[in-house]
Amino acid sequence: MTISLTVNGSSHAIDADPATPLLYVLRDDLGLNGAKYGCGLGQCGSCTVVVDGEAVLSCMVPIMLLEGREVTTVEGLGTIDEPGPLQQAFIELQAAQCGYCIPGMMMSAHALLRRKAQPSEEEIREALTTNLCRCGTHMRILAAIRRAGELMRAASLPGPDEGRTG
Amino acid sequence: MSILQEEVTRRGVIAGTGALVVSFSLARAFAQDLPPATPLTPPVTLPGSLDDERFLDSWIRIDADNSITVFTGKAELGQGIRTALLQVAAEELDVKPEDIVLVTADTGRTPNEGFTAGSQSMQNSGTAIRNAAAQVRALLLSEAAKRFAVAPAELKSENRTVLAKDGRSLTYGELVSELMLHVEAQPQSTLKDPGALRVMGKSLPRVDIPAKVTGGQAYVHDLRLDGMLHARVVLPPSPAAELSEVDASAAEAMPGVVSVVRDGNFLAVVAEKEFQTVNAMRTLAATARWQERESLPDQTDLPAELQRLEREVGTVAEAGVLSSGDNQFEATFMRPYQIHGSIGPSCAVAQMKADGSLDVWSHTQGVYPDRAAIAEMLAMPEEKVHVIHMEGSGCYGHNGADDAAADAALIATKVPGRPIRVQWMREQEHSWEPYGPAMLMKVNASLDRAGRIASWAYDVWSNTHSTRPGGAGALLAARHKSQPFQPKPPELNITPSGNGDRNANPLYAIANKRVLWHFLPDMPLRVSALRALGAYANVFAIESTIDELALMAAVDPVEFRLHHMEDPRARAVIELAAERFGWNGPQMPKNRGRGFGFARYKNLAAYLAVAMEVEVERETGRVRVVRAVSAIDSGEIVNPDGIRNQTEGGILQSISWTLYEAVAFDRTRITSTDWSSYPILRFASVPDSVEVHIIERPGEPFLGTGEAAQGPAAAAVANGIRNAIGKRLYDLPFTRDRVRSAVGHA
Ligand code: FES
Ligand code: FES
Repeated sequence: MTISLTVNGSSHAIDADPATPLLYVLRDDLGLNGAKYGCGLGQCGSCTVVVDGEAVLSCMVPIMLLEGREVTTVEGLGTIDEPGPLQQAFIELQAAQCGYCIPGMMMSAHALLRRKAQPSEEEIREALTTNLCRCGTHMRILAAIRRAGELMRAASLPGPDEGRTG
Repeated sequence: MSILQEEVTRRGVIAGTGALVVSFSLARAFAQDLPPATPLTPPVTLPGSLDDERFLDSWIRIDADNSITVFTGKAELGQGIRTALLQVAAEELDVKPEDIVLVTADTGRTPNEGFTAGSQSMQNSGTAIRNAAAQVRALLLSEAAKRFAVAPAELKSENRTVLAKDGRSLTYGELVSELMLHVEAQPQSTLKDPGALRVMGKSLPRVDIPAKVTGGQAYVHDLRLDGMLHARVVLPPSPAAELSEVDASAAEAMPGVVSVVRDGNFLAVVAEKEFQTVNAMRTLAATARWQERESLPDQTDLPAELQRLEREVGTVAEAGVLSSGDNQFEATFMRPYQIHGSIGPSCAVAQMKADGSLDVWSHTQGVYPDRAAIAEMLAMPEEKVHVIHMEGSGCYGHNGADDAAADAALIATKVPGRPIRVQWMREQEHSWEPYGPAMLMKVNASLDRAGRIASWAYDVWSNTHSTRPGGAGALLAARHKSQPFQPKPPELNITPSGNGDRNANPLYAIANKRVLWHFLPDMPLRVSALRALGAYANVFAIESTIDELALMAAVDPVEFRLHHMEDPRARAVIELAAERFGWNGPQMPKNRGRGFGFARYKNLAAYLAVAMEVEVERETGRVRVVRAVSAIDSGEIVNPDGIRNQTEGGILQSISWTLYEAVAFDRTRITSTDWSSYPILRFASVPDSVEVHIIERPGEPFLGTGEAAQGPAAAAVANGIRNAIGKRLYDLPFTRDRVRSAVGHA
């Protein structure tokens, strides 16, 4: 069965068992590293991606449900040479130890910040309910998400600073 | 081959043939073909790991094109060691960190530095690289002095170039000749003055983070080799299970399946695509019939079970004469089995090549010991096995990494040619990784009339905390093969840095004390090194007791600690944490308490004190740490933000262990198989703030950082709860049920 979907802006026709979870398609068929296998049970959030604006656990969603959908992974937020605001914020605040959980955290945050540019501390924690970090990087992850919100707001402000960040 | 033999052989290369040895890897390759020469007189001690790998070019190579390569036997585990080692090398070589290529743990290329463990990478590898870099720079300067016919003091180095006052200059690459760095290091180096440091002591951003946040290839999990196949293992349903029969035909007939591998109790499936492999693994597991038996202790009676397992007693410390008095505190503390629980389950890639050699990519903590174990398991000569470290998900000690590497290696020998990638499933990691051992701690301490500790008896019951390779028997695959290897019988060994008895001897000034390790050689649950080993539970028990004694003496707990502490560096972290926390501030609001914890890790490494404000919900028994304020002294600082990051992480991880974590099991099976049956810290319960204050010790030796917080943080939580509710909790973890029954809401 072939399923068409858009990943980080490019369209793909995926020929796979329709029951295949999105996570395996992203990693195995498309060669993307961002979404990580952590549990395959919907318990840890390391596989989080954004589908049509919503944070989704890619280990839980079979590819057959994704016909025509738009998927964003951490690769879609920017590149190592031109990091997007969330990536900049995580680098600036050195918000990683092993970093394995981080792309999932960033995608949960991405969905939140799209919805709400200035979330409260509660709302940030709420958005990360499913995301586990074993290294104890939580304080920095929270700070980086707040910082990303600032960078995004600064970037969208009209005036002389337009287009600049920080 | 032992380090000594290798060393001698390599000298043989130089002395015997005069061959140009241009790199470590070549030296190693030559060495393997040559007979050992006669041993020389015992060599002088060199700094850090230089003592084992004595040639400068084992650590640093400079090529004619002016490129610089630094080699370390240590591995990046998410602790930031790559960045810190680059800083140390760049500092003493007078170059920029980005001018250096750093090669980490690889049996084909780097020195053998054993395991990356015990917070020792900076002491061992950092010290070696720092000294080697300083000596290399000195050699370059003296070569330049010769060529320019000026005194070395007239020269300066910068930007990979040596400059003379008259403007003449030569690059490092122009100065180096092939044998120049193939010399033994000297015991003394001229290191930079603390005041002259440019790169060390600064928070250089971690070099690995940009790739990790942009989806770059960062982990062995991301390794995709040409023609790579996926494999999954089917692990037994319980520790003592034996495979009685399996019908592989259904799995073999599934799409993409290349092979089903069985060797005794070892069962695996190999397929083209990853999800096909997962499906085939499930089918295979469903057709496997196992003979299970009860082999696990009674979880409801763990203290008695542990005491039953005692076979031998080691004396950790003994001084003066024990006594009992009126002001006596006696208690029993308990720590359950706990998991490492890396978010990414263990993974490895292996490839059996046509020339009979085997490549293994692994997130092991020790490429050389792992190579030896895998070679033994496969009856291959060690030099045919090449183990290359690649990062995994957070490590925290001996997790499933070596097992996944052994799985991949064993499968690769049965399906040769194509690379084989194995990843464990979540339930496999939870049920099969080696746990941090359960421990029982008994304390009996008393005060004299002046309120000082008069007598201290401490007994800890514990398995060994290290069952790493060394030996194929440490690998699950080797134990499950039809010709199984047995784990090495553990031995009681009392050492300065300790094991199950790590930090069992309190650092406080106590004239009369006796500290014993009741050693349990049998391991009904598979156990090994979990971050901080015994120090986590020993510090928890000691620091809980110290608080009770302070209460008995009616002295503030911080004051009480200071009364019993002579070491000025220990006093400094205690005072700093208390001050920054506002220890002498106003009373805590209702249902909040403050708690303090201190230890010098291993009694010989980093000093750490932490104060916490803890909130207890009486009705639900829920505990949350509201804020934590810590102070750490880990010697000379290479990367302050790295120290902060590690310490924050240690505090939060210890809070998680302390509040939530215990492996559950029945008499046959492990029943903690995922994150719902083994919950850990979540964002809703994370503190509002965590502070780390660093005491600078310029010019002092590196003391390491990674594990210093585990014990003190647990103690601060325990003491905070005691302060909030007026009751002490003795059994880890402090679950809601335990807290509720302590406050009388059973
Ligand atoms: S891997 Fe999807 S939630 Fe854990
Ligand atoms: S940074 Fe390692 S799991 Fe979060």
